[in-house]
Amino acid sequence: MSTTTTGATPATAKKSEEQDPYRELYSKNRRKALPPGTDAPDFTLRSTPDQWLTLNEFRGQPVVLAFYPADWSPVCGDQMALYNEMLKEFHDLGAELIGLSVDGAWCHAAFARHRKLHFPLLADFEPKGEVARRYGVYRDKDGVSERALFVIDADGKIHWSFVSPIGINPGADGILSALEELQNKKPTTAKAK
Amino acid sequence: MIEQTHLKLPDPERDHLQGAIDAPIALLEYGDYECPVCGEAQPIVREIQRRLGDDLCFAFRHFPLTNVHPHAEHAAEAAEAAGEQGAFWPMHEMLFANQDALDDESLAEYAIALGLNEERFIQDVVSGAHAERIREDFRSGVRAGVNGTPCFFINGQRYDGARALEPFLAAVAHSAIST
Repeated sequence: MSTTTTGATPATAKKSEEQDPYRELYSKNRRKALPPGTDAPDFTLRSTPDQWLTLNEFRGQPVVLAFYPADWSPVCGDQMALYNEMLKEFHDLGAELIGLSVDGAWCHAAFARHRKLHFPLLADFEPKGEVARRYGVYRDKDGVSERALFVIDADGKIHWSFVSPIGINPGADGILSALEELQNKKPTTAKAK
Repeated sequence: MIEQTHLKLPDPERDHLQGAIDAPIALLEYGDYECPVCGEAQPIVREIQRRLGDDLCFAFRHFPLTNVHPHAEHAAEAAEAAGEQGAFWPMHEMLFANQDALDDESLAEYAIALGLNEERFIQDVVSGAHAERIREDFRSGVRAGVNGTPCFFINGQRYDGARALEPFLAAVAHSAIST
């Protein structure tokens, strides 16, 4: 059977709409996240009401950036709660994890304390969503970031990025695979030197 | 990634199973004894097991979110410690039936109620005798795309549908026909 590539049939369009329970809540246009190979834009954001964190301070080790729409999503399926349990695995792979959303530092502080999160949550709060925008994952219409993941290598380059449908927790498998790739790459570059 | 949801499961060498490993349908749950949603799913799973009988093999793997659920790790240890004494499933039932009382003292009471060797049980739970296995369960889940609990796999395919009895049972029963 031949199919046309110039547009979805009405049936297909309807189906994909039905599959997205967030269609009423969030706009449909997904932004284009910065692709692998791009230099990760540096930033400095509040990690607590009186502390700041700069991305480039992590140069020399991989960093996982987890953009998420908002604090206080339901517990059992919560993405940050899952990553919190995965910190040992991330650290074993030499990586640091950073969460980012447009929530303010006090909101993050309450959220992190309530969920016992053991990694920094950065407030992409002023100018609102500026960092998400620079990574190509800000949703103008909704005023929040995408649920987007970036794995940045030791040289500050984006190694892997992924934008999940906003209502779906992407899990941690993609992050682990990307970090393992970075670790497998390391011995080769050492030898080349 | 969430796309990679096919698992070769369950593994009779290591998994706790109810039913025969060669049953036409394998249902695997990644769960957390302190997770209320897992608790709600428990009677549904029991009913699916009852209705499908010998056609179903059920397996349970631990996926404790220990920071959100402070008793989840010891509860998982308790199930494994009971398993060492041949009582994994009775303890599994006991834990889900008493989700609001999963402190160490309560765990010890359940061990006594199930007629287990209390001293050995407590020693196992407190020392984290099965921590590595529980972590192995957790890691296998993460690699299979588990992102929260409960998470079910029907013949290795992740089930993301409703967990009410009718749709869940239909999905499980249907997999026997389609495979």
